[in-house]
Amino acid sequence: MTDTTKPRIAIGPCQYFWPRAHTLAFYERIGASAADSVYLGETVCAKRRELRPDDWIALGRELAAAGKEVVLSTLTLVEARSEMGMVRRMCLNGEFLVEANDMAAVQILREQGLPFTGGPFLNIYNSHALLALRDLGMRRWVMPLELDGATLRALLDAAGPQRPETEVFAHGRLPLAWSARCFTARHHDLPKDQCGLRCIDDPDGRPVNTREGERFLTINGIQTQSGRVHNLLPAWQKLAAAGADLLRLSPRIGETPDLADALARAMADDTTTTLTQDGDDCSGYWHGAAGMDRIPLP
Amino acid sequence: MELVCPAGNATALRVAIESGADTIYTGLSDATNARHFPGLNFSPDQLAQSITEAHGHGVRVLLAVNTYAQPQGWDHWRSAVDQAAALGVDGIILADIGLLEYAARTYPDLPRHLSVQGSATSVEALRFYHEYFGIRRAVLPRVLSLAQVQQIAADAPVELEVFGFGSLCIMAEGRCLLSSYATGESPNTAGACSPAGHVRWDETADGTLSSRLNGVLIDRFAAGEKAGYPTLCKGRFTVADRTDHTLEAPTSLNTLDLLPELHRAGITAIKLEGRQRSPGYIRQVAAVWRQAIDRCLTAPDAYAPEPGEKARLSALSEGSQTTLGAYSRSWQ
Repeated sequence: MTDTTKPRIAIGPCQYFWPRAHTLAFYERIGASAADSVYLGETVCAKRRELRPDDWIALGRELAAAGKEVVLSTLTLVEARSEMGMVRRMCLNGEFLVEANDMAAVQILREQGLPFTGGPFLNIYNSHALLALRDLGMRRWVMPLELDGATLRALLDAAGPQRPETEVFAHGRLPLAWSARCFTARHHDLPKDQCGLRCIDDPDGRPVNTREGERFLTINGIQTQSGRVHNLLPAWQKLAAAGADLLRLSPRIGETPDLADALARAMADDTTTTLTQDGDDCSGYWHGAAGMDRIPLP
Repeated sequence: MELVCPAGNATALRVAIESGADTIYTGLSDATNARHFPGLNFSPDQLAQSITEAHGHGVRVLLAVNTYAQPQGWDHWRSAVDQAAALGVDGIILADIGLLEYAARTYPDLPRHLSVQGSATSVEALRFYHEYFGIRRAVLPRVLSLAQVQQIAADAPVELEVFGFGSLCIMAEGRCLLSSYATGESPNTAGACSPAGHVRWDETADGTLSSRLNGVLIDRFAAGEKAGYPTLCKGRFTVADRTDHTLEAPTSLNTLDLLPELHRAGITAIKLEGRQRSPGYIRQVAAVWRQAIDRCLTAPDAYAPEPGEKARLSALSEGSQTTLGAYSRSWQ
């Protein structure tokens, strides 16, 4: 794909734990939206089972019938053998491309000779890593969230034309860290093993403020996210020029389907005027600054 | 079971030798390693001398090149691998797939250890790094329970090293961007977490002390309250109506109690965290662990940590507290 082609719109895996009906309603809207690709699956916590792997695969069939490219996304932090079973089920689904979010998934896919896409936490920071994984079957990768635009361009130039497709996380709360500890359970004074799945009450995560009342982070089970919403959409032309073949929107329950449509309209008109930065958005990583910084775009 | 000690300079390395280290891990004085702190680490010449000294005592030296190389830094990171080979280290600790590939291809006989930053938490991930990059050993992340460590050890294709004592990362290492979110610099990119250059302390008239990282309030201490470094995962924040240590309190990992289980599981090496620590700290901690490991190897069934040992380690810990961390399900 050349840099002048407009990027495709990808809906990343949902990071939150929503009730089943909300999840299905969300993806019904995504199915009717301008999104090109949809990543499905539980990537944060294996205990979240409103949808099980077979349910995600069934949902994938519906979205594929609606004309979407479907990718199944695997658990990011894999600790127990039972969790590996879930990863294996997704990897060996037999129908859809898989996003490997951990080297364990890469290994399972490689052993089967299956192509894969590499998630943002495979830590590909240079062209040598990119090409090594390409040679093992990686046909697409998601840039590490903390890399900047100039580094992406340099990395892709060094990789040459036979590189995998590039996806850039362009909108949503940034997944920043993964832990053995569940912070939502800790907040509710519950042991992780008896957490009561309380994260289902937080469809957009639970805000963490400094003691000066500044929104700093977000807790979402074992995951810690940015407090601010990372938003590079007004700079979509710059992302495309830097080599982004796909722009990832990370699901937010009320917002993402409309945002996908707004982005598609802006790209069709070759404009950015309809895409705006909110006062609480951040964009620092793209400019090589602190991720939380708000730097005007485009 | 091997005792792997940190050294941030030649004095610390000498102390580690004297205190019973089997192996010492080091870094070069730049961002190629995950303890890139001002005034710390080795020049190639210093490292060459220290390697000679260690080898004279039968002690092995490892070099950590365990940050991630970006395109503009690739030649520099690759040259760190070249230097490791030229200096004759006993192994190189890597995380970056690109560097692992380079090292495996260029120096097949230089043993490669997967850094904790490589975040391998399963047998499948270990097989990946073993099959493609020929790693000899992996350092397991501090996110696994004891039962999970035992399960992995039963089927691991490589030697395993686990953390025994020191500062506790509560996030999966190599997958934590909290520091770059707040400051632009992370362990992966800059070899530093919550870097000192971004720290600011403010004191108000009533004696309240605030610690900030790039302007973000990480913690606030009343007059007389013991104040700790603003590592951002150990700050006090507000969630709903609660203000406390939302992620983790200042505390250190201490697994002295688990030594027999780790030994029986077949763990090859116990690692002490702390290349940034003083020679005095390393002397005390290494001595405790040397004695504990020796007692455990002599009579694992009779082993129990001595109260004096635990007290000495607690006194050297963050917030004077220790924890079993993720090894214990109750911590999780």
